[in-house]
Amino acid sequence: MTTAIQQLPPAKPSFAARLQKSLFNSPLDCVISVVCAALLFYLLYQIIDWAFIASIWRAEDVALCKAADGACWSVIDARHRIILFGLFPFEEHWRSTLACIVMVATIVASCFTWFWSATRLGLLWLCGFGVFYILMRGGMFGLTGITPERWGGLALTIFIFASVSLIGMPLSIVLALGRRSKLPVVARLTGLFIDFFRSLPLLTILFAAAVITPFVLPGWLQGDKLYRVIVGFAIFFACYQAENIRAGLQAIPPGQDEAGLTLGLNYWQRVTRIQLPQAFRNSLPSIVNQFVITFKETSIVTIVGFFEILASGHAAYGTGEWTPHYVEVYVFIGLIYFAFVFSLSRYGAYLENRMRVGHG
Amino acid sequence: MSSLLRNRKIREIVLQALLVSIVAVVLIGMVVNTRAALDAQSLTTGFGFLERSTGWDFSFSVLPYSISDSYTKTLTIGILNTLLLGFLGISLATIIGIVIGLIRTSGNYLFSLLGTIYVEVFRNVPLILQAVFWYSVVAHLPRPKSAIEIGDLAFITGRGIYFPVFNIALWSVAMMLVLFIGWLLVLGHFKRTLASGRYHSVRKIGWCLLPLLCLALAWFARIPDTPLLDVPALKGLNFKGGMRMPPELTALVIAIALYGGAYIGEVVRAGLMSVPRGQIEAGFVTGLSPYHIFSRIRLPLAVRAVLPSLTNQYVQLMKATTIGLVVGFSDFFMIVSTSINQSGQTLELLAILMGGFLLINLTIAFVMNAINRRIAIVGYEVKS
Repeated sequence: MTTAIQQLPPAKPSFAARLQKSLFNSPLDCVISVVCAALLFYLLYQIIDWAFIASIWRAEDVALCKAADGACWSVIDARHRIILFGLFPFEEHWRSTLACIVMVATIVASCFTWFWSATRLGLLWLCGFGVFYILMRGGMFGLTGITPERWGGLALTIFIFASVSLIGMPLSIVLALGRRSKLPVVARLTGLFIDFFRSLPLLTILFAAAVITPFVLPGWLQGDKLYRVIVGFAIFFACYQAENIRAGLQAIPPGQDEAGLTLGLNYWQRVTRIQLPQAFRNSLPSIVNQFVITFKETSIVTIVGFFEILASGHAAYGTGEWTPHYVEVYVFIGLIYFAFVFSLSRYGAYLENRMRVGHG
Repeated sequence: MSSLLRNRKIREIVLQALLVSIVAVVLIGMVVNTRAALDAQSLTTGFGFLERSTGWDFSFSVLPYSISDSYTKTLTIGILNTLLLGFLGISLATIIGIVIGLIRTSGNYLFSLLGTIYVEVFRNVPLILQAVFWYSVVAHLPRPKSAIEIGDLAFITGRGIYFPVFNIALWSVAMMLVLFIGWLLVLGHFKRTLASGRYHSVRKIGWCLLPLLCLALAWFARIPDTPLLDVPALKGLNFKGGMRMPPELTALVIAIALYGGAYIGEVVRAGLMSVPRGQIEAGFVTGLSPYHIFSRIRLPLAVRAVLPSLTNQYVQLMKATTIGLVVGFSDFFMIVSTSINQSGQTLELLAILMGGFLLINLTIAFVMNAINRRIAIVGYEVKS
């Protein structure tokens, strides 16, 4: 018993003591701390002053913007609908809003462990995505039909992200299993496929999907340019995600699979009951990280000619009186991205921490 | 038949044969379809168009060019532009990354907080958004008439940054570069073959001779009837003389440097943290100063730990340079997409695009892996 107590880690030093050690350990440290504190306060003051105190908020007050030192949020007040919804018909904006809320709720819900089984997650995403698509597309339940060409802004960004995840995730599992397969032909072919797509910049793949597929695929397989680009994006995503899953698969001790074999489980039982659950557990942080990267990369579709949030932001300040206020528009879009990406990456860090504790 | 299928070996062979034939059918189908589509639009295939002159202009080039140049030359310029952008962006990103990595491992809470804020802000916003933001900022800089001056030599304007250059021929610059790299290689050879004392004296002499040699070269190669230093000066509405760094390039370099710096900062931090405490404590015990502990123990070990992930970052950043198109910088991707619009040779040009990036990325990976092998400490494995 006594030995057990002695093995406990030493008590944590008090907060004040840690602060003292971290900030004022030596004269040089004191100077650095003071300078940093001053710099931080200065930055904070400047940002608050620019964004809140000296800023103009209402669209009617745009005339005051010239004289103001701070941000001119009037541009957001006046043009936020373009940034968020693009060319979506004005009176249907509530649908776009609702669709975005549903999709974000789906993404948030899939972060809870209760949903972490293939059936629950699959059902959740199919329902969430289905509701999103019906709300956006319309044409049924008394909603007027709106074709994807008129989708835009944040809703398009979320649509691309969600559909890339929805197509890419199952594909990535197939690719990861294929590359780990004992059949040499299967392993070689999937390996070649993955390495080929991973060696190219995303933009070239999206570009190829937009301009090459009309040549390569027969007419009945082509579909809308938006869908082609999404499929290209999803393949790119799946190739990266497959490598993350493969890393998770390789980290499983071989005894696990052998135990399954001795119990007489067949390949699919071993894959779905033994290998994949553990692989996901092993590589969950890097899988979440891949989603984070993918959300940021959706902004690239603007180059192949889609009106997602970056392009719609560009349009929002592009006219007449708003041109000087590009900073506010970009800050607004940047904050939207930041909110998504930062919370996702924090979630990934939380998972990583939790697993480290779990493994002791 | 069913008994044959129950045999695992046979089943596996059948399965693989099936997969191969499906892949083959899909590929053949694609080729046939492409042929048909090309015939329908009566397009000719082949790389003959590379010899034709382009007849269109683009915004920026590292080499002198004209619109009558061939596609081959234009595409080469595109690759060089991309390489220039990548080189500038990645070098700056590495410097920023090292500084941020050091700040974040400094142990001073407030100091590392500054580093953390930097990393979180620049890593969590898409690169492309940062690029258009910086482009807007750079393009809104003052007009040439009210340029920001730096000691009457360089001028920062909304039309670009103007800075002085030497009036020397291009070939001599290339020769200087060759000289420099050659010298580094020779030095590496001497380090292995010469005794330590002689090596140091040779190194000293070499480093003194090299700048002299470059100066002599510059003197020989200077363009006649011009001053050696070409300083930009305001003439009318714009600057004449000197070199101009266009706002597109400036914005992209800033964006890639800040974005990449955040990622590389994290890599460097991980490397510095991976150095075992015992190594540092051993340094203290032997009485090394904090500076020497850093420069002789922590940094060398950290560099070895991070090189593979740094290589990865470099390749990623090089791929990220393709966003030049959004601000109108004529990088490789933009040149290729303009060529596709102008010549209609979609398939060939896309193959060139993909091949070009494959080549660039493989080169980066090859060089970095060579460095990695070279500096690896035999028998010492750093956990990263």
